[in-house]
Amino acid sequence: MSSDNPGLAIEFRGVNKWYGSFHCLTDVNLQVERQAVMTIIGPSGAGKSTMLRCINHLERIDDGEILVEGQLVGYREVGGKLKELSDGQVAQRRQGIGMVFQRFNLFAHLSAIDNVAIGPIRVLKTPRDEALDQAAILLRRVGLAEKAASYPAHLSGGQQQRVAIARALAMRPSIMLFDEPTSALDPEMIGEVLAVIRDLVGEGLTMVLVSHEIGFAREISTRVVMMDGGLVIEEGTPAQVFGAPRSERTQAFLSKVY
Amino acid sequence: MDFRWDIFWKYLWPPSAFQNPLIERGFVLTILLAVTAETIGVLLGLLGALALLSKRRALRGLATVYVTYFRGTPVIVQLALIYFGAAAIGLYGFPSKTIGFITLSGAIQAGIITLGINEGAYLTEIIRAGIISVDAGQMEAARAIGMTNNAAMRWIVLPQAIRVILPPFGNNFNGMMKSTSLVITIGALELFGAYQEVNGVLFDPFELFLACSVYYLALTIAWSWVQGRLERRFGSPDQRIFKPRSDGFGPRRRVTGTAGGAEMVPAEGRLPRRHGVAP
Repeated sequence: MSSDNPGLAIEFRGVNKWYGSFHCLTDVNLQVERQAVMTIIGPSGAGKSTMLRCINHLERIDDGEILVEGQLVGYREVGGKLKELSDGQVAQRRQGIGMVFQRFNLFAHLSAIDNVAIGPIRVLKTPRDEALDQAAILLRRVGLAEKAASYPAHLSGGQQQRVAIARALAMRPSIMLFDEPTSALDPEMIGEVLAVIRDLVGEGLTMVLVSHEIGFAREISTRVVMMDGGLVIEEGTPAQVFGAPRSERTQAFLSKVY
Repeated sequence: MDFRWDIFWKYLWPPSAFQNPLIERGFVLTILLAVTAETIGVLLGLLGALALLSKRRALRGLATVYVTYFRGTPVIVQLALIYFGAAAIGLYGFPSKTIGFITLSGAIQAGIITLGINEGAYLTEIIRAGIISVDAGQMEAARAIGMTNNAAMRWIVLPQAIRVILPPFGNNFNGMMKSTSLVITIGALELFGAYQEVNGVLFDPFELFLACSVYYLALTIAWSWVQGRLERRFGSPDQRIFKPRSDGFGPRRRVTGTAGGAEMVPAEGRLPRRHGVAP
C-alpha cells in the first residue's frame, strides 16, 4: 500500500496502540511533509514518545498504518495481506531514520568517536579509516572535536547528547527523531544541545521533535502538534498553535508551561 | 611428628616429581580437562543464555530443564550417569580415542564432556545475568542506528556484559580446575589420581597430598593473576581503577597490579594501564 501523497515523509493512518488495557494512542492521523520540522508538545503520558518510537518500529502498533517515505513500517504487503518484516529488514529501514534519546544511550564501552563511527563501520560497512574521518568531522560540527577519545562516563550530559546527535547523523538519515532531547539535561546545558539541533534545520532533513522547550519549538518548527491522552488535540503552524490555540486543552497546557 | 621431608620434596619439586610418569601425565591432563571443559562450557553457556532470553517458549523451556538438572545434581553423579550409564544402556561406550600422538581414555573424554556440560549450565545463568545487566537503552540505540539484534548483541551488549560476567566466570573456572579431580570416580587418572597411586605404594599421605595441593595452588593462583589482568583490560571502570575507600577500610594504595601507586581516572582519553600517581 503506497502513500497517496508521495511527498510525505511520515504518515500515520488511524493508528491505535494499547499497553494492556491502556489505550495509549487513539486514532492518530498525522502527516509530516518532507523537510518539515514538526514539534510534538503535550503533557506527560500523552503518547508523544510512544508515537515517535512507532515511527522506527521500536514500538509496535496494534491498529492502523504508519508509512515512512511511502513504505509501511514494520510490515510489507504480500498479496493483499500484511506480513511482518524480519529483523534484518526492519534494521535496514531504520538506517534512514536517526533517533536521539532522552537519556542519550551512548555506547558506554566506546569512545565518542567510536560511538559515532560504529554505525557506518558495522552497519554500512564503510571502511574504518573513512568512517573515523567522517566521525571526526561530525564531532567537530557538534563542537566536540577535542573529546573524540573521551568515554561517555567522562562527558557531561550536554556533551553526551551532542555526541548522540552526531552518532545519529553518521548514518546519513533523511529523517531525524528527537525524543525529549533536553529533558534530562541541567539548564545550563540545554542551550548547547538546542544550538546543534537548530543548526540542522535547513539541511534538508525531516525532523520530528518531542519537546517541552516551547520557545525553541516556536522558533524552529514549521508544524506543531499538541497531544493529550493518546489523541491529537490540535495541529497547525507555530503561530496558530502557540499564538491562537483553538482547543481549551492546548490553552490550558500552554498557560502552565509557557 | 614424623614428616618425611625427602618424600615431600621429591614429589613437590617438578623435575623430580615429573619423573613419575603418572604425575607428569596427570598434571597435563588436569590442565587439559579444565581448559577444554571450560571452553565447552562457555559455548553452551552462550547458547543457553540466548535460549533463556529468547521469545520462543520451547527454547526457554529446554534451557531451563538443562540448567535445572545440571545445577541441581552433584557432578560426581553426572559423571557416573554419563560414563557408566551411557555405556550400560548401550547409548555410547566411550572407547579410547587417539588423535595424533595423544591417546585419550574413554573416561577422560566422558570427564571433559560432563564437566563441560555442567559448566555450561552455570555459565548460562552467569551470561544471562550479564546480558540483562546492560541497560535496555543500549540495545535500543543500537537498533535505532540500523543494527540487527545479532549485530547489537555482538558489538554493543555482549562487550558490556563481559564486565559483569568476568568475576563469576573467573570464580567458576577456579572451581573447574579443582573439580577435575572428581574424574577419579570414573577411573581417569589425573593429578590427584596420580598422587593417590603413589600413596598406594609409599603410604605417606600427608607429604604426598600436601605436595599435590601445591600443584593445584599453582594452577589456581596462576589463574587468579590472569583473571586480574582480564578484569583490568575488559572490566568496568570500577574494576579497572583503584580508589581509596571513603570509609577508611582497606589499603590506601593498591598493593598489586600497578607499579605500587593508586591509579587516578584522567579527565579524558583511555584509562592508563600502568601509571603510578601518589595520592
